[in-house]
Amino acid sequence: MSRKPSKGGAPALDMTPMVDLAFLLVTFFMLTAAFRMAEPVVVDPPSSIGQVMLPDNHIMISIDDKGRVFFGISNSTAKMAALVKMSEKYKVPFTEKQIKKFSGLASFGIDIKDLPRYIDATESERNKFQPQKGVPLDSLNNQLKDWISNGGSEAVRAYMEAKQKAEAAGQELKAEKPRYAIKCDAKTKYMLVKDAIKTFTDLKIFQFNLITSLEGGGTVLEASKK
Amino acid sequence: MSEIADSGGGEKGGKKRAKKQSTRIDMTPMVDLAFLLLTFFVLTSTFSKPKSMELTFPVPPNPLDPPPPAIKNGITFLLTKDDKIFYYEGEYKAKDQPEATVVKELNYSQESLHKYLADKNKRLQDEIKNLEAKLQAKQIPDTTYKRLVRNAKADKSSPTFLIKTDDQATYKNVIDLIDELNINLVGKYVVVDILKSELDLVHEKTGG
Repeated sequence: MSRKPSKGGAPALDMTPMVDLAFLLVTFFMLTAAFRMAEPVVVDPPSSIGQVMLPDNHIMISIDDKGRVFFGISNSTAKMAALVKMSEKYKVPFTEKQIKKFSGLASFGIDIKDLPRYIDATESERNKFQPQKGVPLDSLNNQLKDWISNGGSEAVRAYMEAKQKAEAAGQELKAEKPRYAIKCDAKTKYMLVKDAIKTFTDLKIFQFNLITSLEGGGTVLEASKK
Repeated sequence: MSEIADSGGGEKGGKKRAKKQSTRIDMTPMVDLAFLLLTFFVLTSTFSKPKSMELTFPVPPNPLDPPPPAIKNGITFLLTKDDKIFYYEGEYKAKDQPEATVVKELNYSQESLHKYLADKNKRLQDEIKNLEAKLQAKQIPDTTYKRLVRNAKADKSSPTFLIKTDDQATYKNVIDLIDELNINLVGKYVVVDILKSELDLVHEKTGG
């Protein structure tokens, strides 16, 4: 019975190696996958030949084509600590649960007064929260500035703590110092970007990673080699 | 699992064929599942981190400091709407002065901006190419190479490029220009605020 099918044309394939391989790949991708969190806006950056990778540890400002500013911190510990500080400063109370939930969210672009409501909303409701107006950054109510300064100091602190811990354990720290990244839409008016950059320069931060999409080609040096 | 073992144990002898068959599992559904998961993870994983361009902005000048000396060999780009670039070389001179500043137009094409920059920065490019050739020939170690390139880029005699935008220029314009400067190995460039007089010049040209 068992021999019949192999004789009769339908070849029995030993799939074991294939399954092994497939599961190996699945495991690899599962472990390496870093899921991209749903961004509240689509920002389509211009392209450049820049090859510098965006550091894992970063504080990112996204600016969409209408000039709305979104804020995000990659380090979740620093993100929670920054929220606590902001909550003290703006007298907006957050519950323990909200703070925890906030750390898992992607970048946001709303006034801190609306933030508790935003955090409590479910995923689908959050989309209805649109249009998010962007983090306020005018001179009277510059929340962005506070977010950057609190987020920055907390991110640095988290980095230092991790470093000390690693040193105490006699290991080398893999993480890098936090960097400030700016991601803008290609169609954004530069004037609006300048306002955001001014917020940074007011805080004595002058170095940025401008996020761009990759473009083919390189400098004249590489071109001449070909 | 245990059930199979039980039934196997219960019907010992005579039913060898059935026992043999039970060892062979149909793996097709498992393979299907494995590849489904594989496809999912391949497609969802962010394979490459976003690339970025490092840029340092100038420290705003202290009002108490003496004004900085004018840059003699500066080239100023004025970016404006409709992807237009105007530029002038040297210092800004008002209309009533002799040799008043006249702006010329460029666009982002290979023949226009790229050619202009390649021309302006030829000396530096040649110098860096020279160093690169030396590095390839192993005449200098790469640390020396990096230092020499840095020195060459900081050299006073090569032009400094100033990037100024009006309120109509887009972010893409600025990035494209900086990118083109990087492609042409320009060592010194800076993004600064536009002056009122320069803005007037641009408006005169664009008629807006």
